[in-house]
Amino acid sequence: MSDAQTPTTTPEVSGMGHSMKRKEDPRFIRGQGEYIDDVVLPNMLWMDIVRSPYAHAKINSIDASEALATPGVVAVITGKDLEAAGLHWMPTLAGDKQMVLPTDTVMYQAQEVAAVIAESRYAAADGAAAMYVDYDPLPVVVDPFKALEPDAPVLRPDRGPEKANNHIWHWESGDKAATDAALAASDRVIPLDVYIPRIHVASIETCGCIADWDPVREHLDFHVTSQAPHVYRTVISLVSGIPETKIRVKTHDIGGGFGGKVPVYPGYVIAIVASLTTGRPVKWIEDRSENLQADSFARDYHIHAELGVTDDGKVTGLKVKTVADHGYTDAAADPSKFPAGLFNVITGSYDMPQAFVEVDGVYTNKPPGGVAYRCSFRVTEAVHTIERLVDVAAGELGMDPAEFRFKNFIQPEQFPYHTATGWDYDSGDYPAALRKAMDIIGYADLRREQAEKRARGELMGIGISSFTEIVGAGPSHTFDIIGIKMFDSCEIRVHPTGSAIARLGVQSQGQGHETTYAQIIAEELGIPAKDITIEEGDTDTAPYGLGTYASRSTPVAGAATAIAARKIREKARLIAAHLLEASPDDLEWTNGKWSVKGSPDRFKTIQEIAFAAYTNLPQGMEAGLEATDYYDPPNLTFPFGSYICVVDIDKGTGQVKVRRFVAVDDCGNIINPMIVDGQIHGGLTMGLAPALYEEINYDDQGNNLAGTFMDYLLPTAIETPSWETDKTITPSPHHPLGAKGVGESATVGAPPAIANAVVDALWHLGVRHVDIPMTPQKVWAILQEKGVTT
Amino acid sequence: MSTQHISVTVNGQVREADVEPRLLLVHFLRDVLGLTGTHVGCDTSNCGACTVHVDGDSAKSCTMLAVQADGRRVTTIEGLSGGPGLHPLQQGFWDQHGLQCGFCTPGMIMQAAWLLGRDPDPSEQEIREGIAGNLCRCTGYVNIVKAIQQAAGELQAASEAPAETAGAAS
Amino acid sequence: MIPPQFDYVRPAGLDEALRILTEREGEAKLLAGGYSLLPLLKLRLAQPALLVDLRDVGELDAIVEQGDELAIGGRATHRRILEDPTVRAGYPMLVDAAGLIGDPQVRNWGTIGGSVAHADPAADWPSVLCALRATIVVRSAAGGRRIAAREFFLDPFVTAIEPTEILTEVRFPRPLAGSGGAYEKLERKAGDFATAGAAAQVRLGDDGRLAEVGIALTNVADHVLVPEAAERALTGAQPTEEQFRVAAGEAAAASRPVADSRGPAEYKRAMAAEMTVRALRRAVARARGDA
Repeated sequence: MSDAQTPTTTPEVSGMGHSMKRKEDPRFIRGQGEYIDDVVLPNMLWMDIVRSPYAHAKINSIDASEALATPGVVAVITGKDLEAAGLHWMPTLAGDKQMVLPTDTVMYQAQEVAAVIAESRYAAADGAAAMYVDYDPLPVVVDPFKALEPDAPVLRPDRGPEKANNHIWHWESGDKAATDAALAASDRVIPLDVYIPRIHVASIETCGCIADWDPVREHLDFHVTSQAPHVYRTVISLVSGIPETKIRVKTHDIGGGFGGKVPVYPGYVIAIVASLTTGRPVKWIEDRSENLQADSFARDYHIHAELGVTDDGKVTGLKVKTVADHGYTDAAADPSKFPAGLFNVITGSYDMPQAFVEVDGVYTNKPPGGVAYRCSFRVTEAVHTIERLVDVAAGELGMDPAEFRFKNFIQPEQFPYHTATGWDYDSGDYPAALRKAMDIIGYADLRREQAEKRARGELMGIGISSFTEIVGAGPSHTFDIIGIKMFDSCEIRVHPTGSAIARLGVQSQGQGHETTYAQIIAEELGIPAKDITIEEGDTDTAPYGLGTYASRSTPVAGAATAIAARKIREKARLIAAHLLEASPDDLEWTNGKWSVKGSPDRFKTIQEIAFAAYTNLPQGMEAGLEATDYYDPPNLTFPFGSYICVVDIDKGTGQVKVRRFVAVDDCGNIINPMIVDGQIHGGLTMGLAPALYEEINYDDQGNNLAGTFMDYLLPTAIETPSWETDKTITPSPHHPLGAKGVGESATVGAPPAIANAVVDALWHLGVRHVDIPMTPQKVWAILQEKGVTT
Repeated sequence: MSTQHISVTVNGQVREADVEPRLLLVHFLRDVLGLTGTHVGCDTSNCGACTVHVDGDSAKSCTMLAVQADGRRVTTIEGLSGGPGLHPLQQGFWDQHGLQCGFCTPGMIMQAAWLLGRDPDPSEQEIREGIAGNLCRCTGYVNIVKAIQQAAGELQAASEAPAETAGAAS
Repeated sequence: MIPPQFDYVRPAGLDEALRILTEREGEAKLLAGGYSLLPLLKLRLAQPALLVDLRDVGELDAIVEQGDELAIGGRATHRRILEDPTVRAGYPMLVDAAGLIGDPQVRNWGTIGGSVAHADPAADWPSVLCALRATIVVRSAAGGRRIAAREFFLDPFVTAIEPTEILTEVRFPRPLAGSGGAYEKLERKAGDFATAGAAAQVRLGDDGRLAEVGIALTNVADHVLVPEAAERALTGAQPTEEQFRVAAGEAAAASRPVADSRGPAEYKRAMAAEMTVRALRRAVARARGDA
């Protein structure tokens, strides 16, 4: 573990560790980015979707006559039209199925019911407003516990009579008997019920596509906001029957993804059908209301956890039972063996002797949801639970929460550490990160201040979160998504005049890949990063990859990039040996050149070697200087960190104010420190948001109560604190660059730090837990109940 | 369906068109004029991604009709620097990593430009209040504040620098 | 997101605008800044046949003290009011409220006339007008009339303005010596409508007691609420915390909030009280010259 990383390349080359300014920015700062709605194709049509106002209803009739008579409207598509082509249902990335358009029953408010195709954006909206659908509302179930009751309406009769219930799957991890025994033998068992509500990614750009079917070439160009373009191509081929070689999926600049642009949405498939039918390109860009009401959901986990502890504060075991509300279908893009994602990382940063985790997925009348919002496959839910539980345990035992954590952390010498639920943590130094955070924030002084304030009746809280993340899915022996293994890829080609191009199977949505992957190659080959072009997202040219989500790009594609570059370096060695008339074994590599050992003035630069690769090759060697690598990671990587949050609570209103927040993160070796800090700032803000402001909630009729930005409350620059960040560096031993990935760490680690701070502020009143979001009305009600007045 | 004839000076150029009265200014800029730097991020006037200047004041172009811009001057991100070079705000956002996905960025920069035009030396709190109508999901605002602070510094330095006198004796 | 179709006209002045409203009675909607109207149009919650753009009706812009009133033209934007030296010098409650409406872009274009005429039950201006006992001036082709603020706001989105009238001015009484006012707004985040808001205007007599009190509450009833019992309880009383709490209790008792995402009714009632206390505190401090 170290605190600093010294670059080994010059700023001109800008390899790892340089805070190189981003190469993609020049177009964005000028307003010359190309996002999906900026793309205009000749002869293009526009699509608008008609949506159900009801959460559960039978469709009696759809009257399209007025819509079809609306000026500019060209066509209307309903479920009956798709049924004729067998396209009214399609598979989800979780191996379930979902409706593209319903033929008889709608399952969630805002479900797609029909589509209107028109000559202009405005005509399509007019057409949609002129569609009349007659519904008979059906009983709605939005509570997953009610959905599991025997008399609940069966939401998925399509599963057949043997599955006439709303239970999707049951999943277990760990040793139940050993865990029960461990808890039974514990001095104390600390229980906790945690509800993590639904939230929504709400990237500032919504989802959209242009489907462009060329009937002459029988080719589909599909432009789309997708975090996983190759997976889309395969799925579209399977669903439509068009051969993959006749489909090109093309992403453009994407205005934020955060997991919300991973699923294949019904709107995409309807647009493809519309293009197939009309023979013209069809554009569909969803409104914000549609986005907030129909897609990109996350969380909705009802968790019961029990932590066994000794009287002197050692953890003995952890038992967790969770009900997962998936909406009306399981469309969460989880790896196939992990319907609850990586939730069993819930043993956290602690040396947990035993653990047992079970999760039951349930259908309700809500849009499908699960693994979006920067959650790293349910790790947010897991970390929130264990970090809350650890705080409650500490409090019950009269221990300081930092002290409790130090006592139970997996120690540095225990790595690689095999957890009770089967993961092998690669490396970590949890005490160092927590100690650093405590030093930066002045923990002891804060505890003194808190005591003084408490004596005066003021409510101040300090909350810690010491999280372990689990990213980089994943090794082929364990991971696949609908059968496709979770490798990733990089293909690099060096041109004769020394610049290079690399294409990857991942997909940036703002993470700076055009810069960071160039930096990796610069590190490995010594070609200046500014001379390396990075491309992603065109399935005609990029090698197959599983895309960017769950913080997997650096761990997987970053490794592929390094390995591909090293393959090139080895070929370069042979060419250099030829040019220098030396033996390849007599050469050594220092950034950007192969030189003769002991004669440093005899060398060839990578640029000279590149030229020679096309002009002066050793006998029998193929021309060119390029390589591809498909990387199958041997393990996941485990970024970690310790966060400390200070809050003050306004007794008069219940408002929680975050006074300070210190985040110490460890993502192993860092490619671009400035970009890593940016990821953490953004992730912390997406942790603050669900902790205090954001919730997608439903009434008992399934009406979405937060369907616009008026009620779904994204933090502005005023709500967002000035984040204080620092780092430790504990490289991953198995990653070629020692790097771990960082995109989601802060979103995972921040909510429990804030929740712990709020509960800490109220602990002396007898409060043990507050569910997020910790809204003013929720906190105020607690204060009332505890008799606290202003 | 009757149209209105409008004449709008956009980024210094007079643009004329016959538009439906209901055409939103943001769609006029994007779909009619092809200036796609201004973005749509919501439908309830909350996100600010569509911010432009109308007669020098920042405005959410999704909450204005194109006909309301008739006879007015509109500046979009494409016209901010007034030439091929970068405005200090654009430079600041690049230098300070004040953008990630870039989607909120044009609106954010235009709002910051308006802010600095009226308050050349804002405090951090004043900056945060100045951009309270612009949502960002990627950056957590920290580097956006730094970018605006850098630009404020540069703009102040430029305005304080003594003007070059032509024909000075050498 | 896309408005329905409508006709559009931009009259050259006030008289022409009034003539159009008479000719097209009931069919027209006035457009000032558009920051209340456009969102409704985009959701297709309003489908007017005709939009009358007040862009060229320049008579409605002035902010000027005239005699014993401050006259603010209906087209004055929230920002111009917030920054006006006369307003800042003598009418701090207006500065409080104008600075809390929406966000900077909204404040650049939204107008006091538009906001008041639109009468969104959650809007801030109505409380300010009622607490200050302001007067709304409207004109039709037949002439002008003055309507007391406390008789102006009738129902959610319904005011005493006739379809043939335009709101031309809002007039605030010039405060006498010993006056102070404040607006407190509890919001879930910057730019939100009020969870609860309270406008309080006071005048302290020579004896230091509250000679006059005006209180109005935002978003805790189906439209702006004047808790007269709270005003009466305070009139003639010493301006103490205890008295503020009494008045706040009356204000809460008068409130009829609806439970929603901002909280249950019980919470909102309590916040009506809390905002009333905070507004009174600041109003009194200003009256004393302390703030």
